[in-house]
Amino acid sequence: MTRRLADSRWVAIAFGAACVIAAIAIVEVLVRTAVINPYIVPPPSDILKAIPRVIAEENVLHRFSQTAQEMLWAAVLLAVVGIPLGVLLYSSRLLRRAFESWVGAFAAAPVVLAYPLFLVTFGRSAMTIIAIGFAAGLAPVILTTLDGLVGTRRVLLDVGTSFRLSSRQKFFKILLPSALPSVFVGMRLGLIFAMINIVGVEFLINFGGLGQLINELAERYDLPGTYAAIAFVVLASVLFFDVTARIERHFGFGPAQ
Amino acid sequence: MTASRPVARQTARIATVRIAFVVIVLAAWEIVARSGWLAHDIVPSLGKIGSALWRLLAGGDFWFNLGVTAAEIGVAMVIGGICGLAVGLLLGANRFLSRAFEALLLYLGPTPKIIFFPVLIMWFGVGAGSKVAMGVVSCFFPVAIATAAGMRGIDRVLIRVGRSFRASTWQMVTRIYLPAMRRPVINGVRLGLGVALIGTLLAETKLSNRGLGYLVIQAYSLFDMPRMYALLIVLFVLAIAANVLIVRHAGVEHGLR
Repeated sequence: MTRRLADSRWVAIAFGAACVIAAIAIVEVLVRTAVINPYIVPPPSDILKAIPRVIAEENVLHRFSQTAQEMLWAAVLLAVVGIPLGVLLYSSRLLRRAFESWVGAFAAAPVVLAYPLFLVTFGRSAMTIIAIGFAAGLAPVILTTLDGLVGTRRVLLDVGTSFRLSSRQKFFKILLPSALPSVFVGMRLGLIFAMINIVGVEFLINFGGLGQLINELAERYDLPGTYAAIAFVVLASVLFFDVTARIERHFGFGPAQ
Repeated sequence: MTASRPVARQTARIATVRIAFVVIVLAAWEIVARSGWLAHDIVPSLGKIGSALWRLLAGGDFWFNLGVTAAEIGVAMVIGGICGLAVGLLLGANRFLSRAFEALLLYLGPTPKIIFFPVLIMWFGVGAGSKVAMGVVSCFFPVAIATAAGMRGIDRVLIRVGRSFRASTWQMVTRIYLPAMRRPVINGVRLGLGVALIGTLLAETKLSNRGLGYLVIQAYSLFDMPRMYALLIVLFVLAIAANVLIVRHAGVEHGLR
């Protein structure tokens, strides 16, 4: 009986949730009894109470839409630039051999650290934020597009050749449909990188949507508000990952659960 | 002999394409720098950047701040790596705990960590402590997630052999688990190092009076663009070199592939 309970997925999830709630309750008690300094960690109940205030007074929905718009622009740029670059690398074996490892190295480069450079170039504006989001997400989109195209089954291409398809027809009727799952995975990965960097840069340059909100509340020393805003951003990112993962699974692009 | 000739020719062609690309980019850069199309010094000439790079590397200031940043990242990697390894081992070994808590790791892992910086400043002060904490928070998740996944991927035969020899828990961890999951763990450490580096340096750009991140933001404040480019070049080279070193020594695959 105990073993069956331990094997149950829902019992485990309930146990995890109970542990999180217990941890929050313990922090509440420790802060209320001043074991933890309340000027550093506000009581979790105060943070909970601050959420509706922050949503109403700090224009959270407007800020959310600002961040979403920046992400949308970054996504458009990633699709318009990243996917064709992946196709370009696929189309020439020489270019692929010369630059694939460079794109891999670029993926490892801490692009976001160049944000002062983007600030000087584009000013303290949404352009800076979008440009960094785009730069951060570019390499995964190129590499996964290339992976998807390279992974096209030889037999499909041979069938295309036997039907005397032109290069253009082969690309649109065989290569692109075959690479689509990889392209989608790459776009999701690129967008996750873009999102992390967009919110991060909003916080760092104190401009834009949700990232700026955290910075402003912290500068005002509104402790419950700061924690509530952080919780809101974490929830928004979790929602984003979950929705994109579900879309990926719905279209059969990602791994099944 | 005859087989190596086409390979050598191919290598030469790849080198030519790479050199041509670099030359074109540098020439375009120099033309833009000298044209005056952009505001003064946003794109400094290659000579100015080269001389700034020389002055940077020749000065003791850079090496002191490099030491500060390296120490912060090193401590963060030790603390975050050990915690991530321990949590990953625990979740990988126990299905119930994995079901209870791993979703938390998977969802919190890709959230933008820099938003926690105001909280970390309150907890650990404005000195090196908050930067180390930023690095720890950043590197913990990739190490824990990779370790848990690696643990589950261990060949069951190896585990049964260990148990049949009545190995203790410590012996199982050191003789079976860790050697068997060397690749995923090192891949996790590689990803962890990348994000710890970004987290620590971004924290330094936000609030610090030492470290390479501080030097970057100082160059931005003084509008010393050649120095800022020089610093970014050094940072990118260091980050990519650290990544390549880990990949080469551990023989791990690229994170995106």
